[in-house]
Amino acid sequence: MSTRFTDRFAACAQQNRPALGIFTMAGDPDYETGAAILKALPGAGADFIELGMPFSDPMADGPGVQTAGQRALAAGQTLNKTLAMVAEFRKTDQDTPLLLMGYYNPIYIHGVDAFIKDALAAGVDGLIVVDLPPEEDEEFCIPALKAGLNFIRLATPTTDDKRLPVVLKNTSGFVYYVSMTGITGAAIKSHAAVGEAVKRIKTHTDLPVAVGFGIKTADDAALIGRDADGVVVGTAICNAVLGSLVDGKATPGTVAAVTTLVSGLASGVRRARS
Amino acid sequence: MPSSGANSLRNGPDEDGRFGIFGGRYVAETLMPLIRDLEAEYTAAKNDPAFIAEMADLRTHYAGRPSPLYFAQRLTEHLGGAKVYLKREELNHTGSHKINNTLGQILLAKRMGKTRIIAETGAGQHGVATATVCAKFNLPCVVFMGATDVERQWPNVLRMRMLGAEVRPVTAGAGTLKDAMNEALRDWVTNVDTTYYLIGTAAGPHPYPMMVRDFQKIIGEEIRTQMLEAEGKLPDALVACVGGGSNAIGTFYDFLDEPSVKIYGAEAGGHGIDVENGHAASMTGGRPGVLHGNRTYLLQDADGQILEGHSISAGLDYPGVGPEHSFLHDTKRVNYVPITDKEALEAFQLLTRIEGIIPALESAHGLAQVLKLAPTMKADETIVLCLSGRGDKDVESVGRYLGMNQ
Repeated sequence: MSTRFTDRFAACAQQNRPALGIFTMAGDPDYETGAAILKALPGAGADFIELGMPFSDPMADGPGVQTAGQRALAAGQTLNKTLAMVAEFRKTDQDTPLLLMGYYNPIYIHGVDAFIKDALAAGVDGLIVVDLPPEEDEEFCIPALKAGLNFIRLATPTTDDKRLPVVLKNTSGFVYYVSMTGITGAAIKSHAAVGEAVKRIKTHTDLPVAVGFGIKTADDAALIGRDADGVVVGTAICNAVLGSLVDGKATPGTVAAVTTLVSGLASGVRRARS
Repeated sequence: MPSSGANSLRNGPDEDGRFGIFGGRYVAETLMPLIRDLEAEYTAAKNDPAFIAEMADLRTHYAGRPSPLYFAQRLTEHLGGAKVYLKREELNHTGSHKINNTLGQILLAKRMGKTRIIAETGAGQHGVATATVCAKFNLPCVVFMGATDVERQWPNVLRMRMLGAEVRPVTAGAGTLKDAMNEALRDWVTNVDTTYYLIGTAAGPHPYPMMVRDFQKIIGEEIRTQMLEAEGKLPDALVACVGGGSNAIGTFYDFLDEPSVKIYGAEAGGHGIDVENGHAASMTGGRPGVLHGNRTYLLQDADGQILEGHSISAGLDYPGVGPEHSFLHDTKRVNYVPITDKEALEAFQLLTRIEGIIPALESAHGLAQVLKLAPTMKADETIVLCLSGRGDKDVESVGRYLGMNQ
């Protein structure tokens, strides 16, 4: 079982701060630039990385992540290229935990067994598959866990105390709490409610709890990071990429647009509990 | 009555919502508690005499059931083979079979205490049927419709608006049914506490495929009674068009265990099954995958990205199909065949001219299969076609195809 996530959350806890998770869409706006962004993330302050696997029909994503996926697909990104991008990343970084996040169909078409083997070989630590709830664990979650990958489950405001044990049962690495009922990129309505939810989940599990959806700024990260063991930023990253493009193409400022944002967020998590 | 037992084809789905390998519940966690509640509520409702009585009353006095079974004499003579009967679902209130399902689901939404209804629509038939029951039961209604479909089914957009629904055009992708469904799912995740998602076809996460089938299976049950009355025997063949497949499963279900009845589903062959991304025949031209909450046959590329597909008919222009159809395809109980845009247009014109019935372009696909089938059958044999919808909504776009000008 990979321990990069466990080690990294423990190290951040020791510094009395939440871990900063950064989501970036693989191959947005093109393979080379996407790979350069990935490589630059740890240096800019990302504690762990969620690498998006683009999908034609991202049903849980708002316009920011949707269009990032469309840009990647238009530039020719495939699942094999995403796995190759991880392998390339691992040549220079052996410590930063990395998970792949996406939807089930491309994995299913790749073949569950082949995907698990290829992901492990590339250096992937964990997986988030948005449309695979615990009810469908048998076909992919269990084999992935057995092979040594973390399977990170989303808990949401609709996951009540009765259902939470079902969600946590085959979860490993950490628990991802979705801050709202909504799609990525929407606004958090109540920071206090998110804090309460994190505390509630922590009474059910010893795993770290990271919060995502709706965290856009260093202040958001600081506020949510008071109670959460990690915060995840995604849509803001996709929007930073978008803002740097000219005629839909990467510019010399594209990687810097992302790293500048990440550095700011990294300062946010460092003042969360001071 | 049909046989039952372990070998019955009518046993699905299992408790996990599976028809063989198809179906299931592939949705985001936010929606899981709700679809489990829905399943429990539906199970309670279907055994509740009050619910059953209210459904029966609405079907009779509001929808106008039973719909007639009509012997199409001129069409039969024209084709020179089997006797062709039309199951006149287009005579239901709102002009299609869709009202059968929206009446059932709106009662469920009320039972669950939901205060807002959303729906997706392709041709607008389901959108109209949803807007209609929302008007009757006084619930606000938002219908997601692809921008391309808004244009090609404009009369239905006007109907929905007049009924008080908000129609939200969806510009993502090709602006057709798939994109409308994505957007409806996003709305549902966001407003899960208040909102009921009234899915229009026998697809999506369990329990929708089962529930929609159950609300539509009255079509086949009536066909059985009406054919026994008219001919003293069961039909030799059944035909229905298949997009998501709700009218088709409703037509077929009662006959699945009757081996003497041949069953045909007409898929949208578009420009032809060999034209890449030029059709919407998911079973003839796709392969199993996971989308919109279920495993089913899908049009997709080698990397598992979903293709847009194409059909002249907005109601069939969808890259997937209900999971029970995928199961019936794999078990070979139902023969799914592609019908091209051109064949559907010809069938549309033929029925209009010789029977005085303007069919929906969707139903015209089923009719095109009847045109192929009837001449190969004997004069004492019978075919029943589910005429799922009327074609008033299509007269503008068909007029354009035919070059009719003002």
